[in-house]
Amino acid sequence: MAVLEAAKTTRPPAAPPAATPTGPVWAAHRGAVVAGVIAVWVVLWALLRNRFTLTLDTASTTDLHLRINDVRDSIDAGRNSNPLFLYVFNEIRLVIDALTNAISGLIAQPAFGRPVPLLGWLGVVAVVMFVAWALGNGRVSLLAGAVFVFFGLQGLWTQAMDTLALTLAAVLVSLLIGIPLGVWAGLSDRVNRVLTPVLDFMQTMPTFVYLAPLTLFFLIGPASAVIATLIYAAPPAIRITAHGIRSVAPATVEASVALGSTPRQTLFRVLLPVARRTIVLGINQTIMAALSMVTIAALIDAPGLGQNVLKALQTLDVGTAFNAGMSIVLMAIVLDRVTTAMSERVEVARLMTPQAIARRPYLLGAGAVATLVCVYLSYTFANYAVFPTPEGTSLGYIGDDIAGAADAVKDWAQSNLTFFTQTWKDVSTAWFLDPVEHLLVESPWFVVVAVAVVLSLVIGNVRAAVTTAVCLAVVIGTGLWSDTMTTLAAVLVATVLTVLIGVLVGVWMGRSRGADRAIRPVLDAAQVMPSFVYLIPFVALFGATRFTAIVAAVVYSAPIAIKLVADGIRNVSATTVEAALSAGTSTLQMIRKVQLPMAREALVLATNQGLIYVLSMVVIGGLIGAGALGYDVVAGFRQSTYFGKGLAAGLAIVMLGVMLDRVTQAASGRTGGAKRR
Amino acid sequence: MPGDLSPVISVRDLWKVFGPKAEAVPKSEELSALGRRELMDRTGCTAAVRDVSFDIAPGEVFVVMGLSGSGKSTLVRCLNRLIEPTSGTLTFEGEDLLAADAARLRELRRLKFSMVFQHFGLLPHRRVVENVAYGLEIRGMGKTERTKKAMEVIELVGLLGYEKSYPDQLSGGMQQRVGLARALAGDPDVLFFDEPFSALDPLIRRDMQNEVIRLHHEVGKTMVFITHDLSEALKLGDRILIMRDGKMIQTGTGDELVGAPADDYVRDFVSDVNRSHVLTLRWIMRPPRPDDPLDGPVLSRDVLVHEATRVVLDSDKPIRVMENGELLGVVGNEEILGVIAAVTEGS
Ligand SMILES: Nc1ncnc2c1ncn2[C@@H]1O[C@H](COP(=O)(O)OP(=O)(O)OP(=O)(O)O)[C@@H](O)[C@H]1O
Ligand SMILES: [Mg+2]
Repeated sequence: MAVLEAAKTTRPPAAPPAATPTGPVWAAHRGAVVAGVIAVWVVLWALLRNRFTLTLDTASTTDLHLRINDVRDSIDAGRNSNPLFLYVFNEIRLVIDALTNAISGLIAQPAFGRPVPLLGWLGVVAVVMFVAWALGNGRVSLLAGAVFVFFGLQGLWTQAMDTLALTLAAVLVSLLIGIPLGVWAGLSDRVNRVLTPVLDFMQTMPTFVYLAPLTLFFLIGPASAVIATLIYAAPPAIRITAHGIRSVAPATVEASVALGSTPRQTLFRVLLPVARRTIVLGINQTIMAALSMVTIAALIDAPGLGQNVLKALQTLDVGTAFNAGMSIVLMAIVLDRVTTAMSERVEVARLMTPQAIARRPYLLGAGAVATLVCVYLSYTFANYAVFPTPEGTSLGYIGDDIAGAADAVKDWAQSNLTFFTQTWKDVSTAWFLDPVEHLLVESPWFVVVAVAVVLSLVIGNVRAAVTTAVCLAVVIGTGLWSDTMTTLAAVLVATVLTVLIGVLVGVWMGRSRGADRAIRPVLDAAQVMPSFVYLIPFVALFGATRFTAIVAAVVYSAPIAIKLVADGIRNVSATTVEAALSAGTSTLQMIRKVQLPMAREALVLATNQGLIYVLSMVVIGGLIGAGALGYDVVAGFRQSTYFGKGLAAGLAIVMLGVMLDRVTQAASGRTGGAKRR
Repeated sequence: MPGDLSPVISVRDLWKVFGPKAEAVPKSEELSALGRRELMDRTGCTAAVRDVSFDIAPGEVFVVMGLSGSGKSTLVRCLNRLIEPTSGTLTFEGEDLLAADAARLRELRRLKFSMVFQHFGLLPHRRVVENVAYGLEIRGMGKTERTKKAMEVIELVGLLGYEKSYPDQLSGGMQQRVGLARALAGDPDVLFFDEPFSALDPLIRRDMQNEVIRLHHEVGKTMVFITHDLSEALKLGDRILIMRDGKMIQTGTGDELVGAPADDYVRDFVSDVNRSHVLTLRWIMRPPRPDDPLDGPVLSRDVLVHEATRVVLDSDKPIRVMENGELLGVVGNEEILGVIAAVTEGS
């Protein structure tokens, strides 16, 4: 099963605790200090309200933003004369464009002098089914075939193929770079040490923010999309490959060397085969990440299903968004299932009877012939090349019906559930979101900075406090302080909700095997879905508001938080639980006094991961009315005058991410230290 | 002991130091004299093997014994240079091993040395027969030939019928048989064993020990065997080297160690053994006293104490230990009981 956190949490706990065992005075009364700081803050807010808030109008820009625009203009002007561009960026762009165009011409777009792609729909379906069957099994092959035909019926064949082509191109490049790097990092401690922080950074950065800078170097279009996807999708492959290589039993490697293997032989006959399954899992993660990013790359004009979702979201056309979103989800499910089946292939092959093994080449041969026939048909006959669309429909056989049904559900919900959704929205906005936002946005900037630094020190350590100070200073420099505070408010509220849900469901799952068995597959499935599609149902329910983005963010990040908490609770040793039980502990006491405290590190980790997921989603919420930094970024894509502002907003988002990540990491390091004492 | 043949492996002044500037430690008299803790504090180094010298004769089973952390694994890995020694000399069949380059070293490992590991180190993705054939495969031997060879050794170690299994389908004892088969497949001159049976439960361990003894009889290879189990050492070893903190404390046959321990460490080590099964009469005989009657039964000095017990206790005169018609000493009830009583005391 694809689980992104596997890749994210394989990083070691943050810097060792700086707090000494005796610790500063406040260490003993951490809770009280936090409460005190917040109380002082509220008082200062009431006194100094709406002064020194560094507000900048949505439509305004600062000098810095304009200067970035100038830089962009000069880069644009020098694109064909500057040697860096001539020999590096343009070359990279050309190579990647060529690769993307080749794949796209194969399955998605007219190319090679034909009015249609080389492979028509029948050919693609046949090839996909054959590959899924040969590398995976019959079941996933049928699933893949059914889903791909469904794309056609939805009227989204071309878009789905565009998405697939772009994903394949990005995955190819990611693996070409990621697997060798991963192997290298697996073999060399030094490489691993250098790579780890880089990967950490790449993975904490919200996907949204590096799109704009990339277009600066690689222009709008597939090349930027592929490179953005590479940044997001290569880290899991690198990390997991390195992990797989490292997990090969040292005795096995030693035995191979002792028998006189050359380093090459050890690598190719021992390390890689033994780590194969793990590496395939890494490939799975890379593919899922790539799909997710390729859909988001619609923002920089990447073709495919993401475009449909994006356009529909912007016009609040829920039906169309739903139809396209469904394709994305189905694509995700197919890719996940097929790669998971690939990773299980080894075990399956092992259980095959000798007869089955002997039969297999013939079966494969027959399958290959059938596939070639389909490929030929789709190459030659229009009906097998272009997915037929009945007269008078805009979205194929069932696309209109799906969109219509989704719209009907939305209309029904808006006329019948408005009372609930509206009340819920208003109450939570008024009671949670607004107060936090007011506090952050209306306080003088220096008060917020002081509070943030002190809290980082108390919750984390000195290094975290310094990081906070630096990050906030940069934010002020971007001229987007006020927007950053709005975004921060949304992130904090969403994170609190995420952690709350994480604890409630996680404790339940950690304590009950049955609950775990029932819920975990749902979480796994939720984690496979590209972040973009999360927005669709909530837009339908709540319209385009800040609140919608927050709910989507919570739902998006809850699975990882729940899983981390559940695993933390489960890992509390059975003996401890037994000992507590025999001392007459009640269930509630058990949870509060034994399991949660002992699972504290997992809780902090859940908060950390929750924050990072929430941030990336809240920012995407800029698309649907969440405003603030996310909106600034989106505006930067759309209007060239706001390019600089969008870039600055991206930087502010990165600073927020780094700050929140470092503080929670420091907190987790500290609780780890507290436990060890 | 075949001690007068020229040695297969000859080790002189061997050091292995882990840590920064490791080479400085053996060179400096001051540093090399430091204990483990002080050395760590002063230099951040651990001397895993300190100034070790010994010879191993062809066909000998040479056992290295010591507590955990005493440097046994490091020592044995220095012998095939899985670990690079810090200083000293190492000769194999007259060849300076430390001068061998990577290619020569690989050749030696492929043709002359083999190793059996505590944690087996099998390749989980390969069947038993492919595991056993791995060493042959990397030499470039063809598939049919290496499979045939592998099947021979699989039979030799009693795994016939399991050749198609995967390692994780086998018990620990059987997995180690695979390890053994893999080591034997290349027909090496010397077999290194690093605590091969520590991970196995006692009954299986005994089986495997008997297996090694049987194989030694059948194939007659030189073996270097690491263990921390004295009874295993006594059972298998022609000679035993006892290590502590990287230093060699004593080398000798089993009865030499038990009969004349070099220091308290060795004495402690051997205190648990059933001495009457290890010691021969030469270790307990005493010079005749004037009042001893010298017409008791005669036994050789190499008779084990427990074999002589019945005779001594049944006779009312001390028995005479004779060699070539010469009286070496006598053994009476006292001496015998001394050994037997020590056993009951110890257990
Ligand atoms: N790669 C290494 N780096 C640093 N120190 C090491 C290394 N390998 C071993 N040592 C140290 O060398 C000493 C000897 O280790 P070695 O593994 O040889 O002991 P051993 O006698 O085999 O112990 P055991 O019975 O536990 O296997 C130990 O103190 C160990 O910590
Ligand atoms: Mg060892």
